[in-house]
Amino acid sequence: MKPFSKINSIITPLDKANVDTDQIIPKQFLKLITKSGFGKFLFYDWRFNHDGQEKDDFILNDSHYKTSQILVTNENFGCGSSREHAVWALKDFGFDVIISPSFADIFYSNCFKNGVLPIILDIENIKKLLQFKGAIELDLESQTIIFGDESINFKIDSHRKIRLLEGLDDIDLTLKEDAKIETFEKNSSRISIFE
Amino acid sequence: MTETLFEKIWNSHVVVERENEPSLIYIDRHLIHEVTSPQAFDGLRVNNRKVRRPDLTVATIDHNVPTTDRSLPMIDETSSTQIKTLEKNCEDFGIKLFGINDPNQGIVHVIGPQLGITLPGSTIVCGDSHTSTQGAFGAFAFGIGTSEVEHTLATQTLWLEKPKTFEILATGKRKNSFAVTSKDIILSIIKQIGTDGGTGHVLEYRGDAISDLSMEQRMTICNMSIEAGSRAGLIAPDEKTFDYLNNRKYTPKNYDDLVDDWKNNLMTDANSKFDKTFTIDVEKIEPQVSWGTNPAMVSDVTSKVPTPEEFGNNNEIQIESAKKALSYMDLKPDTPIVDIPIDRVFIGSCTNARLEDLKDASEIVKGKTVNSAVSAMVVPGSQMVKLQAEELGLDRIFKDANFEWRESGCSMCLGMNPDILKPGERCASTSNRNFEGRQGSGGRTHLVSPVMAAASAIAGHFVDVREWC
Repeated sequence: MKPFSKINSIITPLDKANVDTDQIIPKQFLKLITKSGFGKFLFYDWRFNHDGQEKDDFILNDSHYKTSQILVTNENFGCGSSREHAVWALKDFGFDVIISPSFADIFYSNCFKNGVLPIILDIENIKKLLQFKGAIELDLESQTIIFGDESINFKIDSHRKIRLLEGLDDIDLTLKEDAKIETFEKNSSRISIFE
Repeated sequence: MTETLFEKIWNSHVVVERENEPSLIYIDRHLIHEVTSPQAFDGLRVNNRKVRRPDLTVATIDHNVPTTDRSLPMIDETSSTQIKTLEKNCEDFGIKLFGINDPNQGIVHVIGPQLGITLPGSTIVCGDSHTSTQGAFGAFAFGIGTSEVEHTLATQTLWLEKPKTFEILATGKRKNSFAVTSKDIILSIIKQIGTDGGTGHVLEYRGDAISDLSMEQRMTICNMSIEAGSRAGLIAPDEKTFDYLNNRKYTPKNYDDLVDDWKNNLMTDANSKFDKTFTIDVEKIEPQVSWGTNPAMVSDVTSKVPTPEEFGNNNEIQIESAKKALSYMDLKPDTPIVDIPIDRVFIGSCTNARLEDLKDASEIVKGKTVNSAVSAMVVPGSQMVKLQAEELGLDRIFKDANFEWRESGCSMCLGMNPDILKPGERCASTSNRNFEGRQGSGGRTHLVSPVMAAASAIAGHFVDVREWC
């Protein structure tokens, strides 16, 4: 995974609550067997009419936001289905950071596995960011977001932060604990399904 | 020290624990299906890794299988590719697969318990959020993403932050326990605690109103824990649990010894502390019907579609969501729920497609005919459920009433196969999610219990099923 670096980008404001993963990536696009190429299907039913034409009133279709790497949204983002395709689609579209007052658990965890940083901020700061025009600076190392004259700090689990900053592979790290996994299996034998 | 059931299961599965870091948790059961696994197997191949414990892993095909005649070739090539990919992956990595023509094929959360693969006190994962269903057996069962599927395949463990605990205490006795179902209980709970009420928590459902439920009814409750934001929900095992799992295809050989052990250990100790508690009196619950686009947007069948302000209760974001939901659902506030006409009925999904669900629905349908304006289908949760239902003659009852009787799979719960709503169609569905477009782009979903779905199919609109039995 690519190490996570500093970001300087405008914000795409998506002022909606309870955005579920069915909206982020509808089911008809879950049939691919690769991890790439999901960006074009992101928010498909919100972005496109039934005839495949772009809807003018949806923010992601506004060319102003084309280079944005930061999505700011409202509470309980990513609820519903566990489909990691939702994160693959956001990342492939160009979003490296999602900022929300709260995230659904599985989605939150899926973000870190794909180098996407989910940031939880209080509702007042979310409101400010949703209104803010212009580029913001985001630094994971110092856990700060600078926009205009304001600077806010965000919290993140230190373990997850290091993994993102260094772009570490989870499985490689776990395999370093192999001896402990083996000991666990020896000490309490697991019940095989097919004994 | 007193501990909750969840804490006991967690503690007995910790492989690595360090201060202020996630813990490495051992996984006892890993269930796999065709949609969320291909990229995980690819990852193993790229890194030249093996599956650590094929003996703790099983696979089936459920999400995009057609529910029509399976002797015919599949029309959808991409679905077919995904299915063939799983078949190859299982062969290459030595994983047992219940394939498309296997008598044990079915929705992954239906077959786990039915085959005795689901065990009390165990940790169970699957790349599907409704894995929480299996918490009904006193297991810590939760959905994971594809990266975690790959991680589990390679290491049989997952890094997890310890969730908090949330007690859902259900008291009282249902008035009319046939017409007011466990689906109505869980919808009422979600309506009150909200779609993110359980985020970061594991729910434990407790109280007489829970003990009173059959295993299949308990599964319906745990299934929808994720709709309240909880990755997992569980219920302490009891005699009903142990009876259910006895003599299944993969019930462990030393089952009696295991049961003795579970009886002594798998309960929340008296005076244990939960991080949160919510109490619900089931006596007050009536049949529920969802009217909006998330599972907290639910009303009593005898009430009306609320105004956004009534629903939002001064919360701007909620009021705005309700406005959008009503517009998507094409509903006007103050419409009586029973005046809402329907076009389609879907009895199926991991929430409500087990044998008892079909039996109860058939009681309502018996001797009646589906309204001429409605098209209705029954999709059993597994091929085994289908066979058992056919042995009881339930298929005849449904077919005589003009229901379609299908092969098993996830079907119109998420519409990955050809079973979808057309834009604008309105469906009474026994599934779990009423999200925009969930059952088909532009489709409108109303979540209900199997008996409510059955009665609505006959009437052509929602009805209070209590008046029918």
